[in-house]
Amino acid sequence: MDLPLLLGILPQVLLDGLILGFMYALIALGYTMVYGVLEFINFAHSEIFIVGAFVGVELLLGLKSAGLLDALPWPLVLVLVLVAGMAASGVLAVTVERVAYRPLRHAPRLIPLISAIGISFFLQDAIRLFESLWRNAFNLVYPTMDVLNVRFELTQTVDVSVKSLVVIVAALAMLGVLHLLVNRTKVGTAIRAVAEDQAAASLMGINVNRIISLTFLIGGAMGGAAGVLFGVQYGLINPYTGFIPGLKAFTAAVLGGIGNIPGAMLGGLVLGLLEALAASYLSLLTGGAFGAEYKDIFAFSVLIVILIFRPKGLLGEVIRGRA
Amino acid sequence: MKNSIVRSVVGVLVVLALAMVPGGAPIEAQGKGTVKIATQSPLSGGQAALGEGIKLGAQLAVEKFKGPLEKMGFKVEFVPYDDQAKPDVGVSNSKNIIADKDILAIIGHLNSGVAIPSSEVYKEVSLAMISPANTNPTVTDRKYTNVNRVCGRDDVQGVVGSEFAKSLTVKSVYVIHDKTPYGQGVAEFFRDDAKKKGLNVLGFEGTEEKSNFDPIVTPIRARNPDLIYFGGIYDQGAPFFKQAREKGVKSKFMGPDGMDSSDLAKIAGKNVVGMYYTSAAGPASALPKAKQFVEDFKKKFGKNPEPYAAEAYDAATVALKAIEAAAKGGKAPAREDVSVAVRKVKLAGITGDIEFDGKGDRKKALYFVLQVASDDPQKWGDNKIVKQLAIAPPSATAQK
Repeated sequence: MDLPLLLGILPQVLLDGLILGFMYALIALGYTMVYGVLEFINFAHSEIFIVGAFVGVELLLGLKSAGLLDALPWPLVLVLVLVAGMAASGVLAVTVERVAYRPLRHAPRLIPLISAIGISFFLQDAIRLFESLWRNAFNLVYPTMDVLNVRFELTQTVDVSVKSLVVIVAALAMLGVLHLLVNRTKVGTAIRAVAEDQAAASLMGINVNRIISLTFLIGGAMGGAAGVLFGVQYGLINPYTGFIPGLKAFTAAVLGGIGNIPGAMLGGLVLGLLEALAASYLSLLTGGAFGAEYKDIFAFSVLIVILIFRPKGLLGEVIRGRA
Repeated sequence: MKNSIVRSVVGVLVVLALAMVPGGAPIEAQGKGTVKIATQSPLSGGQAALGEGIKLGAQLAVEKFKGPLEKMGFKVEFVPYDDQAKPDVGVSNSKNIIADKDILAIIGHLNSGVAIPSSEVYKEVSLAMISPANTNPTVTDRKYTNVNRVCGRDDVQGVVGSEFAKSLTVKSVYVIHDKTPYGQGVAEFFRDDAKKKGLNVLGFEGTEEKSNFDPIVTPIRARNPDLIYFGGIYDQGAPFFKQAREKGVKSKFMGPDGMDSSDLAKIAGKNVVGMYYTSAAGPASALPKAKQFVEDFKKKFGKNPEPYAAEAYDAATVALKAIEAAAKGGKAPAREDVSVAVRKVKLAGITGDIEFDGKGDRKKALYFVLQVASDDPQKWGDNKIVKQLAIAPPSATAQK
């Protein structure tokens, strides 16, 4: 075994894992916020995430064909694309809630779950249909902006590209804003009140439906931002790309303690790091017997062990008190 | 009022339903019945570019060469199926195909992983399958009398690749594959022969990942191989090569014929310029007899033929010739007769002379090494051939 090699790549692997983890964290927020308020898993969230990525790529391709991609300053382009992706995913999440979940809110708990799975399939194939009619394409490529691929060498074996920095900075900023919003504002208090006890909250004059819509809007927007960042970082998306990251983010939400906002962030980071470590090291450590393809088995085995000792997740599940 | 709306809606639905019944109750031709040639290839999803090429190539051949059969009094039809590059879809389509007695030959598939289970279904009724693209050795090594291919084999293709790598004075290689029978198969042949030739194989790894290749690229970059070989298909290879180059990997890139699609350049752009790939299906532009085909194809479909379109064209031509031969008696031939006739066909095709051996392999198949010339997908056809070989399939005794 080649110890200098193993240690040499460690910082880079951790960095890769961190970037993936921030993405999972952003998506996981959508699951965890909705669960915190409604005790319901929104399985369509993986598609809400990828819709953000598609809106982002369409806007970028539009700017490119208009010749504006290189003309505008790149930070402005990125902000534009992020805002567009967030808006689209947020509005979509609110619409999905209004159309497919609200009419079923008082049905047995499994019914909206099935509705969510249906919406997930519907959105996948709606995107596929739209893109095949509009661009006759299945895979869409994020246009490259050369400045995003510039790399800074930190050491001989570690470097970081501009786009990775963008992902980290954007994710940190959004997580910070969300934290302030939920804990320091009136709206945040209302969200927490609805999560704790819907009936009591409505007696206190809180419009419960509006707060639930707002929860979907925020969760969807975070998912949309993650979608755009995912596209910028990895470059290629298709209508089914959202499924796996969505599943992983759901896992991250459970790992951190579902319903718990800081938990979702922590869970995302832990899962991202585990996955990167497993994919990079498994084949090196086992002499090729187990390769990168076993990364999920490794990552999920660790998760199971964590959940055996902490069944409510790392930071504890938040279940609202029942009236 | 309301009633009439309901009635017209019902009427429209009935018409639609009738229109959608596949080949339902065809109007009987004034003759001996219908002969159908089917294709199966991915028409939707990430590999649709190649799958569509197979369908259109075969369609062109059927339209061009159906004359003799029509003169004999048959109605000739072309029926494309979408296998979505998924084994389960391919197999369930196959069951529909064998249930339609008029289908006498199937041209397909794109993916060996789909062709192998689907051909088990065709075998039940001895339906002749002529593959334009399936290079995995197992496809013909099962020695089924109905399974044939006009392309080459991965046990030769992998070796062609490692031989070429050696000639580039490459000393160390890193091998990645997609865990499918095709990708892993060709990657193993490449690895084994590379080892035999004294190249240092630094790693051999499978992955189903489609978007985030960071954790795979990082160890590769640290070990700095002279060449990276990706056994797989462009929709996965392209983002891998793109991310590797963007992360500063300087190795040469190489892959098998699964990389041979203009979508590789579309997705990975300038990052794959200079990359090598082997192919068991040369670019139509390299085939001296395919000029007319390329022109016809462009005229009819308004785009360049993707790789394997020419092979599909030849495969469909073989199928028509075999059906003609089997129909000599005058009545619609049995599927078994067509399968037997396929093995007897000798055709000067646009991809060279076609004749099958006892296993269904082509007696001499063509292999190429090509190099990506441009990041413009429109110029995919301009990729340079750096090496061209005609090789017979390995004899049964030479195999493990």
